[in-house]
Amino acid sequence: MGKLKSLADLKKIQEEARSKLDLRVKGDNPENYVQIKVAMATCGIASGAKEIMDFLVEELDKRGIGALVTQTGCMGYCYAEPTIEVTLPNQEPVVFGYVDLRKADEIIEKYIKNGELVDGIIPVNYEKVD
Amino acid sequence: MSKYKMHLLVCGGTGCRASESDLIVENLKKELEEKGLQNEVQVIMTGCFGFCEKGPIVKVMPDNTFYTQVKPEDAPIIVAEHVIKGRKVARLLYTDPTKKEHVSDSKHMGFYRKQIRIALRNCGFINPENIDEYIARDGYMALGKALQEMTPEQVIDVIKKSGLRGRGGAGFPTGLKWEIASKNKADQKYVVCNADEGDPGAFMDRSVLEGDPHSVLEAMAICGYSIGATKGLIYIRAEYPLAIKRLQVALKQAREYGVLGKDIFGSGFDFDIEMRYGAGAFVCGEETALIHSMEGQRGEPTNKPPFPAESGFLGKPSNVNNVETFANVPVIMLKGPEWFSSIGTEKSKGTKVFALAGKINNVGLIEVPMGTTLREVIFEIGGGIKNGKKFKAVQTGGPSGGCLTEKHLDLPIDYDNLIAAGSMMGSGGMIVMDEDDCMVSIAKFFLEFTVEESCGKCSPCRIGNKRLHELLNHITKGHGTMADLERLKNMSLVIKDTALCGLGQTSPNPVLSTMNNFWDEYIAHVVDKRCPAGQCRDLMQYSINAEKCVGCTACARACPVGAITGERKEPHSINTAICIKCGACFEKCKFNAVVIS
Repeated sequence: MGKLKSLADLKKIQEEARSKLDLRVKGDNPENYVQIKVAMATCGIASGAKEIMDFLVEELDKRGIGALVTQTGCMGYCYAEPTIEVTLPNQEPVVFGYVDLRKADEIIEKYIKNGELVDGIIPVNYEKVD
Repeated sequence: MSKYKMHLLVCGGTGCRASESDLIVENLKKELEEKGLQNEVQVIMTGCFGFCEKGPIVKVMPDNTFYTQVKPEDAPIIVAEHVIKGRKVARLLYTDPTKKEHVSDSKHMGFYRKQIRIALRNCGFINPENIDEYIARDGYMALGKALQEMTPEQVIDVIKKSGLRGRGGAGFPTGLKWEIASKNKADQKYVVCNADEGDPGAFMDRSVLEGDPHSVLEAMAICGYSIGATKGLIYIRAEYPLAIKRLQVALKQAREYGVLGKDIFGSGFDFDIEMRYGAGAFVCGEETALIHSMEGQRGEPTNKPPFPAESGFLGKPSNVNNVETFANVPVIMLKGPEWFSSIGTEKSKGTKVFALAGKINNVGLIEVPMGTTLREVIFEIGGGIKNGKKFKAVQTGGPSGGCLTEKHLDLPIDYDNLIAAGSMMGSGGMIVMDEDDCMVSIAKFFLEFTVEESCGKCSPCRIGNKRLHELLNHITKGHGTMADLERLKNMSLVIKDTALCGLGQTSPNPVLSTMNNFWDEYIAHVVDKRCPAGQCRDLMQYSINAEKCVGCTACARACPVGAITGERKEPHSINTAICIKCGACFEKCKFNAVVIS
């Protein structure tokens, strides 16, 4: 990029630069975004959780959804890996099991975009202590 | 290239770098590469996070996990556990000192909870050596807005309305300063940034320059536009090598983008900035001395008026502001003066950065709204006094300020309240003292500094401060009289009235304020020949408590001058005429039989 000739030029650079800083901005205010936790313990990784995480990160970005995808340890549902926990802003978290690429796509399109529940929800069987 | 999924922010402030944070960066990168994750996880060196006490800091984003006291050899475990498996490394998390629980989100730490970060908004968040990251955080937008949408008068009006006052110490209204400089007509004017931070224990400006250099450059350009100056100068001490390096990188990048240089944003406005290096003399923080030093002359002050706004650098109108003042400007321009003036107290708007140092648990850099009380700063953010000792006083304003005591703890901090309490805001150093500190010695310490730093131009400062120091020395050695205390006070008042510049006029403040607040301690030194805090070695007496002494002879063997005598298994005694008060017997005694009084 050469010299900036106007404020419009600056705004163009800002847009690109912002996408690189996105992770940090979202991480600072997670409650404003869709938060997705991918279980990435040994069981999750072996079942392909990494692929699911890559897919989610890229697709959410492509589809213009402000989301925060992080990894977490084993959630305890080893039989249903890969599992992901999705928290929409101001809502209770929902855990989905047996998430493959098709399911991940369905979760984005139906649950995240429209709030429609899809198959594969695992009832939460524990309470969390903050 | 795939998108990064995780950012590892490593503190690159001077403090954390001294604890090898650059090696942490290197090790993290190496570890990530070995695991094939270099394209998924980005390692970024940022500016200071402020929590220097627990440095080096590594923050993982977007998980918002704050690791403290990280060592270079911790890199593998962070990568193996957190990055790969998503498990937080518990032993590196901050532990809440009262609840004894791990806290991973910095927003929930006592240290950060009460802070509002305006001047430090980007410190610990962006890579200071990457202009794009600054731009992503609305960098140079304020300059663009000023140049394309506003007249210079409108810019000045915004700053005036915001109520921003100089953060260098005196608290002069910044907008008014700009207005005066803008009204003085000349063929050339200058914008000067005073980065000559010299108070002992202060590191606010250094941290801003190290963590967010572009915010200062942008503000200087905005100031240039408003007062009609095309040249900026940053006066910085050569002993801040990292800040200098980051400024140089920032200047180069800003010129490449054309946000500094000719015809910025096609507006026809030219502005560029040069650096000037100082040798680290305290007096050069005084604006006239600073200007002389930049001109290549001796760093000595001259009488005001003329103020720099009329006749400054090379005799041209110059506007001098401090680093932190500038760092506030771009945010005010973007968020508006009403937003800024809604923070703070009636006469002091916005926030203030403080460097907490001394006997406090959380040494570090903080930014709080004006009007926060000393108690909140010291006990909530600062985490209280080290080792559970009792709070005694806090020195604000460095060697030019004064000490505040227990009775001032609930005082809301702002410019006027601090002056009314006999101290001053200064640039923001806060040195906390506990019950073990002798206030006469503290006054002596600051005087030692001023004597060293006096430029010698006017006699009240050159000779007067030297005499003050001698008197204090005399008192701490146990030779003081009541007449000396009288002289100390009188001379302090005379120096305040007659010294040429701010350095001399304020140098007796530590003496006067300790005399005001701790008169008993002065009396104890002079009348009882006793130092209540047990700091003044010449006033100490060592003796042995015969009831506790078991006659083990350990002290007698440790004494380097043979002052301790006694039979085996019989109580020993110390001959005070020979004793050199080295403390060796005190250290050696296992029975607490050696008493210092």
